[in-house]
Amino acid sequence: MKELLKDLTKRYGLSALYEQRPDEMFATVKKEDAVALITYLQGQEGFTHLVLLTAVDWIEDGQFQLTYMLNNPSKKVDLGIRVMLDRTDPVMESIHHLWKQAATYQRELKEMFGIDFPNSPRIDEPFILEGWHDIPPYRRDFDTKKYSEETYFPRPGRVTHDPAEYMKKKLYPEEGND
Amino acid sequence: MSLKDLDKRMVTGPDGEQFEVDPMQDYFCGEVPKVHKASSIKIWENFLNWARSESLWILGYGTGCGAIEMRPLMTPRFDAYRFGVQWRPTPRQSNVFVIGGYMSVKTLKRVIRSYEQMQGPKFVLGLGSCTINGGMYWDSYNTINRLDHYLPVDVYITGCMPRPEAILAGVEELKKLIKAGKGEGQNKYAENFEWYKANQKKIIKNWDMPDYNW
Repeated sequence: MKELLKDLTKRYGLSALYEQRPDEMFATVKKEDAVALITYLQGQEGFTHLVLLTAVDWIEDGQFQLTYMLNNPSKKVDLGIRVMLDRTDPVMESIHHLWKQAATYQRELKEMFGIDFPNSPRIDEPFILEGWHDIPPYRRDFDTKKYSEETYFPRPGRVTHDPAEYMKKKLYPEEGND
Repeated sequence: MSLKDLDKRMVTGPDGEQFEVDPMQDYFCGEVPKVHKASSIKIWENFLNWARSESLWILGYGTGCGAIEMRPLMTPRFDAYRFGVQWRPTPRQSNVFVIGGYMSVKTLKRVIRSYEQMQGPKFVLGLGSCTINGGMYWDSYNTINRLDHYLPVDVYITGCMPRPEAILAGVEELKKLIKAGKGEGQNKYAENFEWYKANQKKIIKNWDMPDYNW
């Protein structure tokens, strides 16, 4: 695994290598090289299983992070390929030609984060939401509590307790304020 | 179904005959629900209410995680059938809608259609805290907070999730309400039809069905 990463670093310019476990590594690659790298990993290095494709919204850095989690079933190792996208123009090449099921992940990312994957099948169809008009709900600048309060008729009377304080008072009322 | 399916169009029948179909007129009843007045003869109405309370047919549609409680209920462990309730597979054969917990906007749309297709007199049981005030999903972008803004709820059963015994108690409570002549959810829906529709349409943005579609 380490030799492979060394080799890939030379050829694809990987950065931010991170070892989660001996059999699970992460690496970041430039947006332009990502699909070439994933194609190579799938075709030549036995990473034939796409475990997941997910996104993280790093709003402070103005970036989306895509993670392509790949698995090599014969060597039983995982490799996470991370790609950073510009938050103002989040477009990424599609990988549905490598794994058909990637199209489903990409549809979800389009709907929930607004990350576009041009030419991915059915990318513009709604995936889970129906008739959503606001900004994509998984973006961190979407205030889900505010949206819920404005939209769904909150029932008055909901109170919030600090769980530790509340249980202390409830379980040991005689101790009072210590 | 999409909005296009509601357009008028020419259809070719099996024998080659061409005819026009207007789905809004031909497939759906456009008439809004009416209030059914109680009989003026008290003893007759009491008899009807007794009969209604002992003829409860639950629509077997699980809308949230609470639907998992229905399985032990309808099987020998808790055996709800001895209380005179049964599950039916379609809305047209049932008159009790058990909303099993959290409800997303997408599910609510199907629930409204199913509720309106049910035969009256019909009743709604709200299961768990999610139907009461949103429960643990109260600040979610996609789940409703208060079921009673969209459907007339007869009985709420608290808990997260309520145990099968609690649901049985809720059914018993519903029977008591119906016997006392208070199971008037369907009439409440008819009386406040516009309010309910406005609330429903506020959150269901892609309203691509008739307003009332039984």
